[in-house]
This record gives sequence, structure tokens and C-alpha cells, in this order.
Amino acid sequence: MRSTPRILALVAAGTLGGTLAACSGGKADDTAGAAGGPIAVKASDTACEVAKNTVDAGTTVFSITNGGSKVTEFYVYAPGDRVMAEVENIAPGLSRELHVELPAGSYETACKPGMIGKGIRNAFTVSGSAAPLAEDAKLKAATDNYSRYVKSQTAALETKTAEFVAAVKANDVAKAKALFPVARTYWERIEPVAEIFGDLDPRIDGREEVTEEGMKFGGFHRIEKDLWAAKPDVSKDGPIADQLLADVKEIVRKANAEPLSPLQLANGAKALLDEVASGKITGEEDRYSHTDLWDFNANIEGSKAAIAALRPVLDERAPDLAKTLDTEFANVDAALAKHRSGDGWKLHNELSQADLKALTDAINALAEPISKVAAVVAKK
Amino acid sequence: MSEAVSRRRAIALAGAGVAGIAGVAAIGGAAIRSAADEEPTTADSAIGAVPFTGEHQAGIITPAQDRLHFVAFDVITKDRDRLVSMLKEWTAAAARMTAGKDAGPIGAVNGIAEAPPDDTGEALDLPPAGLTITVGFGPTLFRDANGKDRFGLAGKLPAALAPLPKFTGDTLEDAISGGDIGVQACANDPQVAVHAIRNLARIGMGVVSVRWSQLGFGRTSSTSKAQVTPRNLFGFKDGTRNLKAEEPELLRQHVWVQPADGPAWMAGGSYLVTRKVRMLVETWDRSPLAEQEMIIGRKKGSGAPAGRSDEFDEVDFDSVGADGEPLLAKTSHVRLAHPDSNKGARLLRRGYNFVDGSDGLGRLNAGLFFMAYQRDPRTAFVPVQRSLAANDEMNEYVRHVSSGLFACPPGVSGPDDFWGRALFA
Repeated sequence: MRSTPRILALVAAGTLGGTLAACSGGKADDTAGAAGGPIAVKASDTACEVAKNTVDAGTTVFSITNGGSKVTEFYVYAPGDRVMAEVENIAPGLSRELHVELPAGSYETACKPGMIGKGIRNAFTVSGSAAPLAEDAKLKAATDNYSRYVKSQTAALETKTAEFVAAVKANDVAKAKALFPVARTYWERIEPVAEIFGDLDPRIDGREEVTEEGMKFGGFHRIEKDLWAAKPDVSKDGPIADQLLADVKEIVRKANAEPLSPLQLANGAKALLDEVASGKITGEEDRYSHTDLWDFNANIEGSKAAIAALRPVLDERAPDLAKTLDTEFANVDAALAKHRSGDGWKLHNELSQADLKALTDAINALAEPISKVAAVVAKK
Repeated sequence: MSEAVSRRRAIALAGAGVAGIAGVAAIGGAAIRSAADEEPTTADSAIGAVPFTGEHQAGIITPAQDRLHFVAFDVITKDRDRLVSMLKEWTAAAARMTAGKDAGPIGAVNGIAEAPPDDTGEALDLPPAGLTITVGFGPTLFRDANGKDRFGLAGKLPAALAPLPKFTGDTLEDAISGGDIGVQACANDPQVAVHAIRNLARIGMGVVSVRWSQLGFGRTSSTSKAQVTPRNLFGFKDGTRNLKAEEPELLRQHVWVQPADGPAWMAGGSYLVTRKVRMLVETWDRSPLAEQEMIIGRKKGSGAPAGRSDEFDEVDFDSVGADGEPLLAKTSHVRLAHPDSNKGARLLRRGYNFVDGSDGLGRLNAGLFFMAYQRDPRTAFVPVQRSLAANDEMNEYVRHVSSGLFACPPGVSGPDDFWGRALFA
């Protein structure tokens, strides 16, 4: 997992120098009320003044200025603290912009001075029904297609997690170890979707060092630690396993109810490769079991599925890019195939530095063209 | 403001505050000057732009800037056309960045919200800072370790690009040595140099992969008579006798590949040798001043050669002291490296001090990132280093840990030209 759930949110935050912020009309008073102009957000250590609290559906731009002394963050939450978009690390004195596509509904905005806690909340209402990006028929087909993929993967995730949990509770270490990378495969394929849902992702997939204060280290990686200990012992992990299954069931339900936008698909495809580049190549994801290549492969498959769903759009708008993606996906598959072992994969600690470098090169070569997909999809 | 933000323009707007250091003329004036050796750019471009096009690549006889970011890439594609189009993209990006503009035509902050910017942004608001970007091709671009001709270039491999021999005492690490393409970015602002390398690496994603990279602070050579001789981390003036931009005849003899040398694509180019030389500064610092001066062969303060009084005095090989020993020790660095001890071999040195943090043993990981340009390493760096490796008293305090060799083609002539065009023709 990533330490923060922000990938799928349609985020376009740029650090803006003073001059440019002025160009885009970010002055707090005169443009805030104008239709279509950025909504000024004055953040301080104790306040979060949002210049408008109702907008029409469509793309909304917030221009956040941190006038406080602490680094802050700005969030837009849908009910249930579902992150619609966020911008992190706004240093004192800096201004950042946040672009987010919001359908009609009730939301909350939040500033988080010091980047902790629930933040300073305000209600935010989106009315009307501005044509969402997905109205283009091919784009609609793409999101439908990907939603079906999410459905199939989440179903398998729930089944395999239940089997894994049963093995843990039966203290069947060998079986639990065998099921661990398998259950995670379904998780890793759709992880960017899961990351939309705030706390659930860290609860299911959080690593020990990102466990927040007041939260217990649980989920897959806690059980992994106990399974791969020098003397494996999961006899006390029953409650953790139960909680894992409950959390997985909740996320499965939410993921299937979540309408996805084409941009989320594009950003998700890239986010999965970033997962590989930052977490799997280094071996930090599955540091006890070293089963990172299962996750690696699942991330690639998930990325491929999102691109596949967008394929008709890409073929029409950027055929060269589509061809490049085919080539680079094939190169990644070939690079990874060298490390097959039986039905699964070699362990991360069996790979040499040169092996990891070759995999990194292949991922970078794919991630570069994939980073261009979102702009193609966004084109009207 | 509605158009692309030009870094140069940003600085022009910033006014005399910064420009005062170097003279405002540098900004407008530098752009039309040529990088050819007849008319070298001078140090007034501390913040201004150095011309990108010219007979030779900039960054060789350009007055050595204060900062370095060097990178060696492995080419990871097998597709020659992709490599060529990347070199074209690189050339265009380098032309923009050296002029103080964003790496891509859209820029860091003017693109659409959904696309990653075509410039990484950290050089916004910074001046061109004398940025030069210099490219060279390593022997492994022509043939791989198994001798395979990778891109149909084997027939164009220069004889002068023969692998360097193993020198006595070499402790080279393969992971930070060699490379298919080397890129030297020099600037008077470290962030400008890093920005240049980072953007080339970004553009090259999928075609090349960073093999190793080195930051350098503090030039250790003067490449112009207008510059003061700087000091290396041993505390001594370095590069006193370096080849200088104002010596076109010597540059022709020792630095620029001449048409008759072959291959044709290298005419006007030069060969770059890089050596990362770790200095064991802690033990050096507790050696007596007299020993330090004997090892180097110069006075630490003035830089005068042993037995002489001025930095630029001719080296005295013959005078002996009261003990009957030569004033310039037989094993001194100056004597061993001097052209007279090496059949007239001369190099254009362009090295930088480095400190890469510490080594976990309570010592600074510090030293000299040595770079030298020459017409033919086989008759320049190789014999000099062979002599130094065998006899130099300084070896007790240095370790060569990385080595690189690159054939740097001639300069780019204009917008239709690109790095390596003649090589890939």
C-alpha cells in the first residue's frame, strides 16, 4: 500500500509560484464567487475558510493558500470519509491548486494543519448535473468494463481471504503461507480502487511502520509477520484475522458500489506501476515472506486491465501510444517471466541487484507512456 | 502573464539584484557568441547563458563552472531508431535548458492538469547559470561485453576509444564505472545542473537507464586564463598548468580530434576520461606540511613549484637541496604528471571536488571527480596515469574507485543538428 490514499482521486495539484497563482486568478476576494473560477481556501493553523460552499457538478478547482505556520493538507471527502481528492504537503506560505471532478451530492472539505487528525471540516454541496466526463459512449463503456473487472477480482479477493483467514484460525501455518500471496493477488490487482476508501486500505494492507498512532498493526502484513517468524505462531491471531475478513468484505461492498471515472482508470493504471517501482522492487511490501513478485505481477495485471478497458478510446485518440503500451507491457512480462518458479514466483531475496535493475528499467519504460494516458482520456 | 514562463525572462525581471554580480550584459550578449575556440565565452556568464551550438561542444573549454552533475547511462533499448529519436529530443531539451528555458516546449506549469509536466520545475525562477551539457559515447555503445555490434556502429568505433588498461592500485567498482552514454552538466548553480540531468533521464526513460551519477561542488581546474586557480580537497591549487581556452594552438594539438585522426564523425570532438578519486583526507590532514608539499611538488600557499616563488613559474626539475636530493622530489605529483615527463602529453582537466556523505567508518567519503578532455587518451591520460599509478607518493592517500571513457562528438551546428548525427548517419 501507499502511505496515503490519493491515487485514484482526480488530483491535479501544482506548486505554483506567486506570479502564476496570480495569473490563474487565485486572488481570494474577487474571483472566488465567479462561476468557474478557482475557489479560494485560506488555510491556517486554526481555520479553513472555503470561499464558497456550493458549486455546480463538474470540475471544481480549489486554490489553497497556507497562511499558517504548519505544513497542511486539503481534502474533499464524500460521505463516509471517502477521499475524492487531496493535496498534500502545502508548506507555510505556499499556494496549491486541486482539480476534482465532483458529481452532485454532499461533501466535506478539510484542512489538516500539521497533517494529522480529522482536520477542520466544512460542509460542501454540489448541485445540478453538469455533464460528467464519462458521457462519451466509449468512455462509458470503458468504465463499465473496468467495473466488471473490479467485481470479478473483489469476489475472488473475498473468497481467498476467507480461506486464508480460516487457515490462520485453524493454526495451519503451511496452508496459510501458501494462501497468503494468492489472496493478495486479487487485492493488488485493484489496489488503487481500494485506496479510495480512507482508513480501510491501511487497515487491510498497512505495513508496520505506517501504522498511525492509536491504531494497531493488523491486516495482511501483521499475520505475514507471525507466519514467517523464526517460530511461526498465529495461535493468537484469530481476532486479527476476523477483522481482516470483515474489512475486506466492507471494501468489496464499497468498491462495487463505487462509480469510477475514466480518469480514475488512467491514474489507477499508473498508480499500480508506481506501487511496483516504490514498494515491490525494494522488497519492502512483503518483507517477511519475500513474496513481492506475486504482488508485482498482480499490479501489472491490474494496470493492464485498466488500460485494456480504455483501449477503444486510446485506439481512437492516440493509436501510437496504444502500440507503445503493448510493446512495453510485453517487455515487462518478459522481464518478469525470467523469475517464474513453478506456479508462482521466485522470492524477492533470491533476485540479484542486476535482476532488480532490469525489472526497474522495464517498469520505467512502461510507466513513462502510461503517465500520458490520463491526458488523452481527459481530452474532450 | 499568459505565455510560457522563461527562466531567463524571470531573471531579467528579477533585475539587478542578482545580475549585479556578473554584469547584465551577460544575459543578452552571451546568446549570440560562438562556443568555438576562437572566441571563448568568458566568466561573465556566471548567471547568463552559454551558447549551445558551435564547432565544439560547450562545457569543454567553457570556463569551468562551479558545479557538476555527471551521469552515465546504459542504453536499454535494442531499437536504433528509438535511440536516435531520444538523442534528438535530448538535443532540443539541452538547447532549451542551456538558454534558461524549461526542458519541454510546454513547460513545468503550463500544460493540462491531467498530464505530467514536460519539465520537472525545480529550475523555475533560476537563471541559465552558465549551464553547459556535454555528451559522449562509451565503448560499450558500439560493442557489448560479448563483442556484439549493438546498433550497427561497430565500424565507427574510434581506435582512441580503446578500453583503459588496468592501472596499478586501481580499486574500480563496476557499478559506478563505464556506461554507454556520459552526460556532463556544469553550471554555477547546483540546482540548474541537477535539473538538466534529471530531465534528460526523464526524457530517456525506456531508452536509457541511469547507471551511475556523480555530483561535484567546487571546480578543481581553470580552463581560462581569466579564472583563478581553485583548490582541491588536499588544500592545494589544482590545474595551474591546465590547457586554457586562450591557447587555440595547444587545444588543436592536445584536445580537439583533427580530421586526419579519424573516424570522421569525431572531427572537432574530444575524448573524455572520468576517474572518481577517493581522497583519504583524514590521514592526509595529519601529515606534516613539508610532506604534503613534497608529495605534490608545490607550495601549499602560493602554488609555486618546488624551488620557485610564483605559481606560474616554470617547474624546476634540476635544482638540488642541501641534502643532494632534487628540490622537486622524484616521486612528486607535479614531476610525474608534467608533460616533459610524458613525451609532451597534455590534458584539459575539468574535475570537481565531491563529498558523498560519510563512509560509516567515521570518515568523509570525499575526493576528486577527475575529468579530462584530450585528443587521444592512448597518448595522453594513459601514459600519464601509468606513471602516476606506479610512482606517485600521493597514491598512499588516494583510491581510484570509478572510471569512464567517452567519445564526445563535435558541437551541434543548429536546430536541425543533433548529438551524434554523424555517428548514426
